[in-house]
Amino acid sequence: MNMVTGDIQGAYRITLASEVDRDGWRDHARRLLQAGIAPEQVTWTVEGRRDAGELDLSPSAILPAQNSDQPSRPVRISKTLLSLINTALLHSNADRFNLAYRILWRAQSLPGLHRNPADPDMLKLNRYAKAIRRDIHKMHAFVRFRKIGDSAGREQFVAWFEPDHHITEAVAPFFRNRFTGMDWLIVTPGASIAWDGHKLSVGPGGCKDDVPQEDVIEAEWRTYYANIFNPARVKIGAMKSEMPMKYWKNLPEAELIPSLLEQAGTRVDAMTAHTPEDVLFDDKMDKPAANLPASLDQLYALLEQRADAPMEKFSDRLVRGSGPDRADLMIIGEQPGDQEDREGKPFVGPAGQLLDRALAEAGIDRQQTFLTNAVKRFKYTQRGKRRLHETPNVGEINYYRWWVEQEIRLVDPGLVVALGATAARSLTGRPVKIARRRGEILADAEGRSILITVHPSYLLRIPDEQGRQVEYAKFMRDLQVARDFVN
Amino acid sequence: MSKISRSDKLAILADAAKYDASCASSGSVNRNSAKSGGIGSTGGMGICHSYAPDGRCISLLKILMTNYCMFDCLYCINRSSSNVRRAAFTVQEIVDLTLDFYKRNYIEGLFLSSGIIRSPDYTMEQLVEVARRLRVVHRFGGYIHLKTIPEADPDLLKQAGQYADRLSINIELPDDESIARLAPEKDGKLIRRSMNNLGKKVREAKAERKSSRKAPLFAPGGHSTQMIIGADASDDAKILTTSNGLYGSYGLKRVYYSAFSPIPDSSSNLPAQAPPLLREHRLYQADWLLRFYGFSVDEIMQGGSAGQLDLTIDPKLAWALQNRARFPVNINLADREILLRIPGLGGKGVGKILQARRFSALRLADLERICQSVKKILPFITTADWHPGKQLDSLNLYDRLKPPPEQLSLFEA
Ligand code: SF4
Repeated sequence: MNMVTGDIQGAYRITLASEVDRDGWRDHARRLLQAGIAPEQVTWTVEGRRDAGELDLSPSAILPAQNSDQPSRPVRISKTLLSLINTALLHSNADRFNLAYRILWRAQSLPGLHRNPADPDMLKLNRYAKAIRRDIHKMHAFVRFRKIGDSAGREQFVAWFEPDHHITEAVAPFFRNRFTGMDWLIVTPGASIAWDGHKLSVGPGGCKDDVPQEDVIEAEWRTYYANIFNPARVKIGAMKSEMPMKYWKNLPEAELIPSLLEQAGTRVDAMTAHTPEDVLFDDKMDKPAANLPASLDQLYALLEQRADAPMEKFSDRLVRGSGPDRADLMIIGEQPGDQEDREGKPFVGPAGQLLDRALAEAGIDRQQTFLTNAVKRFKYTQRGKRRLHETPNVGEINYYRWWVEQEIRLVDPGLVVALGATAARSLTGRPVKIARRRGEILADAEGRSILITVHPSYLLRIPDEQGRQVEYAKFMRDLQVARDFVN
Repeated sequence: MSKISRSDKLAILADAAKYDASCASSGSVNRNSAKSGGIGSTGGMGICHSYAPDGRCISLLKILMTNYCMFDCLYCINRSSSNVRRAAFTVQEIVDLTLDFYKRNYIEGLFLSSGIIRSPDYTMEQLVEVARRLRVVHRFGGYIHLKTIPEADPDLLKQAGQYADRLSINIELPDDESIARLAPEKDGKLIRRSMNNLGKKVREAKAERKSSRKAPLFAPGGHSTQMIIGADASDDAKILTTSNGLYGSYGLKRVYYSAFSPIPDSSSNLPAQAPPLLREHRLYQADWLLRFYGFSVDEIMQGGSAGQLDLTIDPKLAWALQNRARFPVNINLADREILLRIPGLGGKGVGKILQARRFSALRLADLERICQSVKKILPFITTADWHPGKQLDSLNLYDRLKPPPEQLSLFEA
């Protein structure tokens, strides 16, 4: 028969089976209560706990069994309080079993105790429970799985986590319900939990080295972390209070934090730097001929005769502009391509075909439009049988600037459309950011109207269909602006 | 032609999404995979899986499907005239990325939005297809928030609601005139009509679920919107009035405020400076007062001046200082509504006071135990053993109560 053996000054020592032996606590607490043993007489400890037992020489208490000749007192406890205690018992502080028993004891004569948040015992219990809820929440949040393999159609994942309290078993159902479709193992110092698709199991604790230190996806996760951060709003306090530094060592993304902060200032400066409203036009230009040509034919003939034109890498053939001698709209491209060079006409290659289509869709009549290029000859590199387009340099563009200027003077259009950076540079004498200037009617030094947009060959170079669609729509919009302006 | 990797696309399309403030993953149905055998669960409060150094929670994989866009909204980094690097995910890439991240417990789910490509309908179809594949093909039970496109066919909206936990349509700016000026392709009326439509569907589906558990779900996490602060001249009064109207008319769960962020290569029609982040913060506080503390816009604005909230102190304190005659409040006698008006006292604190005072008249020591910071509320209350005396009349109360300058450096001491 179980006897009360707390003979040393009425002290009872209860040894629970483990740190998470909540059932054991409940059992013992009920029986202590029924035997009327006050909290001050009881010490609680846990089997195998390193810091317990050695100094305490009292024999383990053998619990008072239900004494048949004493009517057992019913234990009264509200559901709310019980669930609060259940939570708080997972706390790592050794005094929790004691505290919980004291509250249970006091609640027998003070049934409303748990509703009084100002009571010191309840305050502590609430604090413990809150710490547990937070710890559980952080574990839900900060566990990071790493994939270790695939087998039998299921993926396998492992994680290492260091909770503050004895919560590992308590979080297992959460992870099961969330990651049902994969196998996983979570190792913590105190315990490990695992799921294989059929059952949850609990095992002994482990150490960090038990878990693989890498997963390929982590690089992408870090990429995400670095890019979702807005350097214009640094709030470290908020970050650290929600993601305390003690967790950082097990979070693959946290190693980026110092460098992200370091770069934040520079990145913001780059974001806010408005390039000064630069002067768009620079009308300094060589004037190679004293007499201005009187017609386009004369102009091209003069140009053909000149010996100083850049010839290295250039085809000999001069490609003239095409269209009526007088036109409302003039379109300037970059330079003739392979096909244009062979046929001697501008805009007959793939980019030209795209331009044709766009002009037709925008309601612009190509026959009524004067088409030409900023550089009048084809620049290329020979690769086997193919001649690969090469972008003209600034000197080459500048060489032809005066000639383009004469074309404009002779054709006298209401609007000049520059396609791409080379044409824009030719017209303005400066490097131009197309994205910034496109689609607007600009006036040059002479008061002539200019509209800048992209070159159709840019549209052809966009690798994916969606991008092409969008860019084409934008190109169309610019052409429509041009059409409306000259009409 | 060089193909860009999934990781490169991720860099571009996460960067493009960071201007969206919402990352909430709460308030949907409880769902788990135990029955379906799939992956993913939702329930109650969402989980923040990480925090960025900007203090924001990272809960969802927040990305754009593509940052190509036909539209040209001036405040937006993805506008067609901006020369940012562009990229586009395929539907399957987004599905895979979401699952890869989710299975490693990085995220609660997906928040997907997109620039408008080809047409509003086409874009919306793609977004819906991502959600459909996740739910139907992969039995994904995590959170899905889709940004919907007001210009798209209402039928697509309906489909989106079947798969998503939350839908949102951004109102963008506080008034239609600013929308017309800064987002020329958008139409304030159309946005509000779509929002109304969305609100109606959410409400109807909720009502049907009440009568039958089998009724189909429609965005059980409700709908929300975002307003950009500081891109136009609207003052705080205007913004709060707009929000108040949105909550009232369309049953929105949340209005998010996003301080306009200067973007690279921005239009000269926009301010070069971001509004102080504090302004955004004060608006959130004021929004809170509207929704949970029974304040009206007019009352809140009493604490500000010239239509702007006070940046130095929070709006509740600002209101209280303008209404000193209503204080001090007796902690042991006042009703809940009155207690909620005490600066520095939140909903939780009020709840605890109401409970604790049933046991005994509260003294300062009791308050110290149950409130976060008693010092802040002292000038406004009386307890069994405390009266603030003439404090309330003193002129320097404002200076005494304003917060100390914030400490920002991470690695100090
Ligand atoms: S439609 Fe959306 S993505 Fe496109 S420019 Fe406007 S705000 Fe940006």
